Amino acid sequence: MKQATVSVAKYASLVVASIVTLLPIVLIVFGAFKDYQEYVSTNPMTPPRDWLNLDNFATAFADGGMARAFVNTGLILAVAVAGAVLNAAFAAYAIDRFRFPGRRLMLALFLLAALVPEVTTQVATFQLVKALELYNTRGALVLLYMGTGIISIYIFLQFMRAIPRSLDEAAMIDGAGHARIFFRVILPNLKPAIATVVIIRGISMYNEFYLPFLYLSDPEKRPIATSLFAFKGQYGAQWEVICAGVVLTIVPILVLFLFLQKYVYNGFTAGATK
Amino acid sequence: MSAPTQADSPTPTTTDRPGAARNLRVPRGTRPRSWRATLTPYVFVGVPVGLLLLFTYWPVLNMFHYSVTDWDGLDRTKNVVGLDNYVAAFTEPDNLRVFYVSLYYFVASLVQMALALYFATLLSFRVRLKNLWKGVLFFPYLINGVAIGMIFLNFLKPDGGLDAFLTVLGLEEAIRQWTGDPALINITLASVSVWRYMGLSFVMFLGAIQSIPSGIYEAAELDGANRWHEFWFIILPSIRPIVGLQVILAISGSLAVFEVPYVMTGGGNGSETFVIRTIWTAFERNMVGLASAMAVVLLLAVLLVTWIQRRLVPERQVDIA
Repeated sequence: MKQATVSVAKYASLVVASIVTLLPIVLIVFGAFKDYQEYVSTNPMTPPRDWLNLDNFATAFADGGMARAFVNTGLILAVAVAGAVLNAAFAAYAIDRFRFPGRRLMLALFLLAALVPEVTTQVATFQLVKALELYNTRGALVLLYMGTGIISIYIFLQFMRAIPRSLDEAAMIDGAGHARIFFRVILPNLKPAIATVVIIRGISMYNEFYLPFLYLSDPEKRPIATSLFAFKGQYGAQWEVICAGVVLTIVPILVLFLFLQKYVYNGFTAGATK
Repeated sequence: MSAPTQADSPTPTTTDRPGAARNLRVPRGTRPRSWRATLTPYVFVGVPVGLLLLFTYWPVLNMFHYSVTDWDGLDRTKNVVGLDNYVAAFTEPDNLRVFYVSLYYFVASLVQMALALYFATLLSFRVRLKNLWKGVLFFPYLINGVAIGMIFLNFLKPDGGLDAFLTVLGLEEAIRQWTGDPALINITLASVSVWRYMGLSFVMFLGAIQSIPSGIYEAAELDGANRWHEFWFIILPSIRPIVGLQVILAISGSLAVFEVPYVMTGGGNGSETFVIRTIWTAFERNMVGLASAMAVVLLLAVLLVTWIQRRLVPERQVDIA
């Protein structure tokens, strides 16, 4: 009897938590498929009349500039993620395979940097970006995203340790230099770590709002987050279009999450479960 | 996770010290160790360290410098004004109010940790559809902050989703001006923050709990322990380091709140947070000096909290070096 009560309470709490989590999202999805009249006149809990009404998505895409925003985000992400992965792998390679003066200092600098909240330093970073004449360029974002953090380095280190040094040595005897060893021996053996770092860094860059908000004012160059933010002014009287914009923003992440859950969980809990 | 405190080891930098090539295991005699070999690791760390110094440490240093000047961000000259900016940061009532606002988020993050711990414990035992629950609870963390702001503007506006839902449940009396009432706004926004970040704390706790060897539970059960004993004497002690980490994240996070209140209220209605105010000071009022002082205060607060936490909860050294 007591067992059954505990069991009911257990599932009840999970159901309640799931409703609280999902209801706000579900209602945004409802809104995205309603037309203007329907959105303002029907109850938010009422499902849309026509689940095939894609007008709002078309408006958000073309008129609202989400299409352009996806292209911008794609461009920035492609370069920045590749750079971030290489940087983290470079650092991890040097840390794991070499002993050199300054190694501990370097690690300490990366660890300390993890404690500096990014939002605090932008007041000064902004002046630097301006001085480098990168204000209002996508390059500014790429450079700011490309730097590596201790978490990415740490993920690579865990995998790098498992690569036997005899592989390096064999390549070296064959006359390979360190660059060749890194790209031909180390990097191909780091695939799971690369996937994890690509996913967590990609998601955080995709979701980043603060940096593009500060550094990219030109609507033509805006990524997703700031384009969606602009909807608030542009479509303040057409919330059904905003709903569609939100859904468009979330879908890529949802798809990624559904297919690559393991990497997502591993990435975001790395450094915490250790 | 703790920073290596020792200074750099005093290794001689000469290239001809015996066994210098030990780490590379170059077969003796095949390749003389040269300046090139000594430089190799620096070639690899050059770009990552360069970016780190340029975009993290250089701005931090500059920020300390700006904070003692009256610079407006444009002027060629920066007049040193001593600690005036710090005095202003701590005496202007509007600058102080943001600390009060961050208390709401701090309390919310304690609620968030309690919920996360509850669900992590629950899902570490046998539960049907475990992955589904886990995925649902975690997913909000992956959503764009701007989208979250929009989702909750839609959900919380008068006659919006929440009001409709409460009506369905027959709880019309509970309906409030969720974002319009200045007495409620920070509670509302802090609750959104719990909605957003609970999943992350939850999977961190869950990961830690699942790494406890199952033999320990079995042994405890043989000794007659019930679920509550297991939680109190096995689970809680073994996840202490992560609870500590979460507390740091909670404090620094509650000072660094930005996206959701900025999207939802623009900082109006008494919901201005530290970061919103700092940005406004720097980029609208053009008081880069004062904004830098505020940012320095925030940075030092976060570092202080981290340091205190490290002292209170000594943790195992992670062998990253």
